[in-house]
Amino acid sequence: MNFPILSSLILLPIIGSLFLLFSKDKNSNTGKYVALFTSFVNFLISIYLWYQFDPSTSNFQFVEDREWLKGFINYKVGIDGISILFIVLTSLITPLCIISVNNTIKDRLRDFLIAILVMESLMIGVFCSLDLVIFYLFFEAGLIPMFLIIGIWGGTRRVYSAFKFFLYTLLGSVLMLIAIISIYWISGTTDITQLYDLGIDTKYQNLLWLAFFSSFAVKTPMWPVHTWLPDAHVEAPTAGSVLLAAILLKMAGYGFIRFSLGLFPVASELFTPLVYTLSLIAIVYTSLVALMQEDMKKLIAYSSVAHMGFVTLGIFTITQQGIEGSIVQMISHGLVSAALFLCVGVVYDRMHSRLIATYGGLVSIMPKYSILFMLFTLAALGLPGTSGFIGEFLVLMGAFKDNFLVAVIASLGVIFGAAYMLWLYRRVVFGEVKNKELLKMPDLDNSEKFILWCLAIPVLFFGFYPEPLLNTTEISVKHLIEMYNFNLNMNITEVQN
Amino acid sequence: MDNLSFILPEVFISLSIMFLLLLGVYKKNSSNIVHNLAVGSLLITGILIFNNPLDKNVSLFNNGYVIDNLSSFMKILTILGGAFVLSISTRYLKICKIFLIEYPVLVLSSILGMMVMISSNDLMVFYIGLELQSLALYVLASFNRDQLKSSESGLKYFVLSALSSGLLLYGCSLVYGFSGSTNFNVIGDAMNSSHYGLTFGIVFILVGLAFKISAVPFHMWAPDVYEGSPTAVTLFFAIVPKVAALTVFIRFLYVPFVNMIDQWQPILIFLSIASMIFGAIAAIGQNNLKRLIAYSSIGHMGYALAGLSTGSNEGIQSSIVYMSIYLVMNLAFFSCLLMLKRNDVYYETIDDLSGLSKKHPILSLSLLAILFSLAGIPPLAGFFAKFYIFKAVIEQSMYFLAIVGLLSTVIAAFYYLKIIKVIYFDKEKEGYDTDHNIWLKGSLTFSTLLILLYFIFPSKLVEIVSRINII
Repeated sequence: MNFPILSSLILLPIIGSLFLLFSKDKNSNTGKYVALFTSFVNFLISIYLWYQFDPSTSNFQFVEDREWLKGFINYKVGIDGISILFIVLTSLITPLCIISVNNTIKDRLRDFLIAILVMESLMIGVFCSLDLVIFYLFFEAGLIPMFLIIGIWGGTRRVYSAFKFFLYTLLGSVLMLIAIISIYWISGTTDITQLYDLGIDTKYQNLLWLAFFSSFAVKTPMWPVHTWLPDAHVEAPTAGSVLLAAILLKMAGYGFIRFSLGLFPVASELFTPLVYTLSLIAIVYTSLVALMQEDMKKLIAYSSVAHMGFVTLGIFTITQQGIEGSIVQMISHGLVSAALFLCVGVVYDRMHSRLIATYGGLVSIMPKYSILFMLFTLAALGLPGTSGFIGEFLVLMGAFKDNFLVAVIASLGVIFGAAYMLWLYRRVVFGEVKNKELLKMPDLDNSEKFILWCLAIPVLFFGFYPEPLLNTTEISVKHLIEMYNFNLNMNITEVQN
Repeated sequence: MDNLSFILPEVFISLSIMFLLLLGVYKKNSSNIVHNLAVGSLLITGILIFNNPLDKNVSLFNNGYVIDNLSSFMKILTILGGAFVLSISTRYLKICKIFLIEYPVLVLSSILGMMVMISSNDLMVFYIGLELQSLALYVLASFNRDQLKSSESGLKYFVLSALSSGLLLYGCSLVYGFSGSTNFNVIGDAMNSSHYGLTFGIVFILVGLAFKISAVPFHMWAPDVYEGSPTAVTLFFAIVPKVAALTVFIRFLYVPFVNMIDQWQPILIFLSIASMIFGAIAAIGQNNLKRLIAYSSIGHMGYALAGLSTGSNEGIQSSIVYMSIYLVMNLAFFSCLLMLKRNDVYYETIDDLSGLSKKHPILSLSLLAILFSLAGIPPLAGFFAKFYIFKAVIEQSMYFLAIVGLLSTVIAAFYYLKIIKVIYFDKEKEGYDTDHNIWLKGSLTFSTLLILLYFIFPSKLVEIVSRINII
């Protein structure tokens, strides 16, 4: 019996939050150190996990299988090349979020840290669960802390945004619950590895696929159900936006790869045009919307929708490059959007305004900030040498392989992306200093510098040397595609017979 | 004489009711003692039920009274519910100046009535039990007689309940007339759908029962009675009679009417869907927490009925699991409600919760867990309750019911979120008293922990319930 390393990853933040819950002082720094310590230990464990991970096999590793609901559902967790990266990403972003609350959260710090730690456990749980019901449990439970994060520590319209976020996602997910229970009655199990082997009867696949899609599409978010995201982002505190953009959105992309492709190949093949269309609309339309935004956070939120459009596009090309590209794009977007939201948070803390018009000429006032902000802006628009490039490039390559027209339209999105990001940067950082108040703004302090560099280093590193990412995912993705094609061919021969 | 040992719990509780009544009348200022003795006698009754050999079906009194797994489990639920209600309501009753000996005695007699209902296997026995519990409940609803609202709710409940009892009785007489017997098993054998009279009888009986568990469209009494009754009584109303009424529902549907499933299944599906949707939508506009919980319980009954409408053992078991978890959640919610007291005045509107989380973090956290659990968000107990229901419903391919049910959970989530919003997001108000007695604190801690930690051992309850096989 091996050490249950995945369960300890899930449990550790919960234990940390229990410590916090029973600590007497509500606002002192001790709580913060406890939270930071637990999340940092979690990060180290996840790095160790990645180091121990064997990329040469597509089997699930570190599997734990425990009886949970007798004779019905087992608590089963495990990781493969697709999920390991998301776990590392989660455990990297969380400590950075905790450091960043230094400046932003004044009120009820302890409760905020508890919410973030609980969130971390749940998200890690989502990425390593190997049973549909366990997955649903983690997936849905994440709504509770996020609802509180937006609602308690958010901006002026926080109540509206929190409700919208919660009800939208809940509505999407309940259909998935029906689908999960139906799968249990159709196949007799909700264990993903067994379901991969058994396959699901073709006649049910379309409806089940749509039920899963309704949940993932809201979470991704795909056009036209993306409207909760800008609201949630704008109102959430910086750390909340970071968690939302960096990790929460990735749960849906991960779900598409793991469940939609893995369980319903026939339906996926059928609905690929639908996903293509929605993704292209997301890429082009939300890029245009992003151009018109006056609020920095809203602009980045819309850019997230566009980037996630690339992700869904890449996944449904069902090519090696496309899927690997999507995974890299998700990791990269996790790092870059987190950094961008933190960058907005930096100036928001100083000026208490998110409007682009408030700023201008920051390059002379905050030179260090301007450099880092530029780096992330360029990464967001996919400049070669940043991780954003690798992702977009691979996705487009996969798309060209599959459908020329789709790829051409998607490439347009890259141009729009460059337009709105560069324009944002120009308006905020260059130009003359219109506002005298801005002159009082101090440059980045140490903790801000630390957080941003922690994000900048992997962005650059994976930009130049994406090998570790691709290496980890390669075999698992290959296996997924093989399985997908195998099931598809089986079905075609069945139909012919 | 052998038989009597099986109904020892009922005998014991009747004797203790008489004893407590005499004690209360002859000894001055004995409210406290009577209260404590009532809790004690309930616990002893519970132990006596445990003592019965559980895996054996016994029928007594000419097969008019059965002791089986279903009856034992449900009796234990009602008794536990009753014991909790009695023990946490003392403080409230004292402050409202209605700390009288009649309260525990009435609660005990209504529980006795419920126990008879739960075990009944004969129309006559069933009706006697039903009336015993109802009469006690009418008095309880108007227990705070100096208050207009309490008297009004008692009267309202009495009039409407009498009407429904009348319908029920009419249904019973039709069933008796067409089947020739009052015994459930005999009726079951005589049932077949060629008798229109029987169908009418079933409809009347179902209407009467639907009234007792406040399913739409027979729910009108619930909000007014919940709001008007003293909170301690509302707590009792919200959990205990529903458990008993649901058991009777199970017994009627699956013993005498089991062959008529085609006749009653559409009725049950309608009741279920109407209750789920109405409960979810009507609660949105409420400001009084007791009224809100009345609508929420209408919705919850819809889910329990959805389990019953499947016609399978799985479905019955899921409803029973649902009721058990529902009981714990409501107990927890009302424990919180009984803590909203400032200078001997109880507060019961949503606005009074405003900003509660600042001054009372632990209470707010419990409420958070309870409300999310009522809304059915994982990993809290309420999710599992709904999960079992939908598992049973989907097994029978009743997808429409499942989809409507899940969509109404989304609507219902809205009003639970509204309360959470008031607690956590709104401006804080004056704090509340914190000097609650140990029973109240204990029951809140106990029930909240059950809700929070249910997901660690989710199969324990199901294992116990899975012994109940009616079909």
